[in-house]
Amino acid sequence: MSTETLTPEEAEGQRRARRAKRNTSIGWWVITIVVAVWCLFPVASILATSFKTPGELSNGKFLPDNPSTSNYEEILVGDSQELFLSALWNSIGISIIATLIAVVLATLCAYAIARLDFPGKKIVLTVSLMVSMFPVISLVTPLFNLWRSIGLYDTWPGLIIPYLSLTLPIAIWTLAAFFQQIPWELEQAAQVDGATPLQAFRKVIVPLAAPGVFTTAIIAFFIAWNDFVYGISLTSTEAARPVPAALAFFTGASQFESPTGAISAAAIIVTIPVVLLVMLFQKQIVAGLTSGAVKG
Amino acid sequence: MSSIPTTVPAVDAEAPDDPSGGRGRRKAPRSERARAEARLGWWLAGPAFFIMVAVIFYPVLQAFWDSLFSYRLTAPEEREFVGLSNYGVIFSDPVFWSALGVTTLITVVTVFVELILGFMLAMVMHKAIKSTRGLVRTVILVPYGIITVVSAFAWYYMFSIDSGYINNWFSWVPGFDGQLNWFAQGGSALFVIMFSEIWKTTPFISLLLLAGLAQVPDDLSEAAAVDGASWWQRLWRVILPNMKAAIMVAVLFRALDAFRVFDSIFIMTNGAYGTEVLSLLAYRTSIGRLEIGLGSAISVVLFLLVGLLALIAVKGFNVDLAGGRGGRK
Repeated sequence: MSTETLTPEEAEGQRRARRAKRNTSIGWWVITIVVAVWCLFPVASILATSFKTPGELSNGKFLPDNPSTSNYEEILVGDSQELFLSALWNSIGISIIATLIAVVLATLCAYAIARLDFPGKKIVLTVSLMVSMFPVISLVTPLFNLWRSIGLYDTWPGLIIPYLSLTLPIAIWTLAAFFQQIPWELEQAAQVDGATPLQAFRKVIVPLAAPGVFTTAIIAFFIAWNDFVYGISLTSTEAARPVPAALAFFTGASQFESPTGAISAAAIIVTIPVVLLVMLFQKQIVAGLTSGAVKG
Repeated sequence: MSSIPTTVPAVDAEAPDDPSGGRGRRKAPRSERARAEARLGWWLAGPAFFIMVAVIFYPVLQAFWDSLFSYRLTAPEEREFVGLSNYGVIFSDPVFWSALGVTTLITVVTVFVELILGFMLAMVMHKAIKSTRGLVRTVILVPYGIITVVSAFAWYYMFSIDSGYINNWFSWVPGFDGQLNWFAQGGSALFVIMFSEIWKTTPFISLLLLAGLAQVPDDLSEAAAVDGASWWQRLWRVILPNMKAAIMVAVLFRALDAFRVFDSIFIMTNGAYGTEVLSLLAYRTSIGRLEIGLGSAISVVLFLLVGLLALIAVKGFNVDLAGGRGGRK
């Protein structure tokens, strides 16, 4: 009906607009695919390597000829099981504890920064900024020495404490930015409407603040999970050595076998949680990283 | 009618202040409240603050103290005070200067490439149409979240002469014999190292730039377009000047991060063939050779260099970090 009432010029214009829209959409899909290939290629590469048998490693091709799960068997149920699984357990435990401590302390700290007026507020933010820029390696020598003399060397607390220097600053910045966006007047409004202070906090503020706290936890976890310098310097055995450090020192089940396949399989296993978190919480992570950043 | 609104709010404002009381009586509870608020503030912010201070400042002071001694863990009884001579040893050692040069090279090249690439990615994330926006942001976050050591292994195995396929893929390129051992000389090894660093950390810089991009008012750019400005002019005259703060913060953060590069080099070459950097030198001296005195001195030098870099950026280029990173006051 509408086409009948349009002049030919108008109909042509509409068609052209539709075509232009389709073209931009095709253009965007092309750009997206290019970006996706760039971002995922190394992951795909190490995934392909993890399915190669030792004989196929030097085939000079991206894909294995006969995909085999032998590398996964080696690290999960085979000879290198103990080495990898204990490292995985250390990484998970240490990173989660360091994340939880940092998020709890940073929540209190960021709440004070966002809501209260106290002298030294700026100092807290400046110090956390300084800490986040600090070259980690500069801390390693004194900590190595101190940890050995007080018995923290090669233990979980011996890594959790220095990990706080990585996770606390980013948690404080991200949460302070989140909390400054919360409309805190709602709390008073709820109290005026008859809610007790505790109810007002639980029913109004917690739901508003929880996403920020959760996002901060993911970002802090990524940082702890990624650590390598502390991991290789402050541990010496399976008692506390996390995955990145274990990968670097992994020499294979026997000296005649190249560790490439097993390392690739282990690398894929520790990448799975990262990919899952990113897929599930993409929106929150982007919001967390950008709101903690520049506000103009 | 018109006289009521002017008087009623005045009464309202007076009411909570108890007008019958004198000025002195009113002042005391208010400052008491301020004191209580300050106390509560420090109770809440204190634990996080003091842990950060303890974890950073104690080791820094200890490192400085240790750097004044000739001190090896292999011979602890020979520990003796040598003043600044460890620093003399460092500054007269060509290995230190070469490591400083390589560190600077990696920092300058990766930050420059990442700034351009990161801006392009930020543009893609910012402008993407609805149906691809989520996908594009998800894939960009993958390198951000991945472990640096994993990224280093991925790139290493790709190029390695034993397990790689890059040589095979590019053997058609004229002048390239397809037999190159990428990790047997400094130039090609650094190329792969920087490639992997750029892949891993561009998402971070692009997210910081995305935050800046979101601050540029859309109507400003549109107005310029209406006035006949080309896309290129809009980019250089409107968009970039308006996100200068974000660019500065992104560059500073990435530069300081790049300056402490360690993981990729440890995995790929372990500092061989002229790819030694400052962090690796410090690690090898103190953890590898157990020369605590000398290693501490390198740590102190590295820390001072990072501090100097930050100071130059903040003072010289007026990067407002506190204001720029979301802190209000």
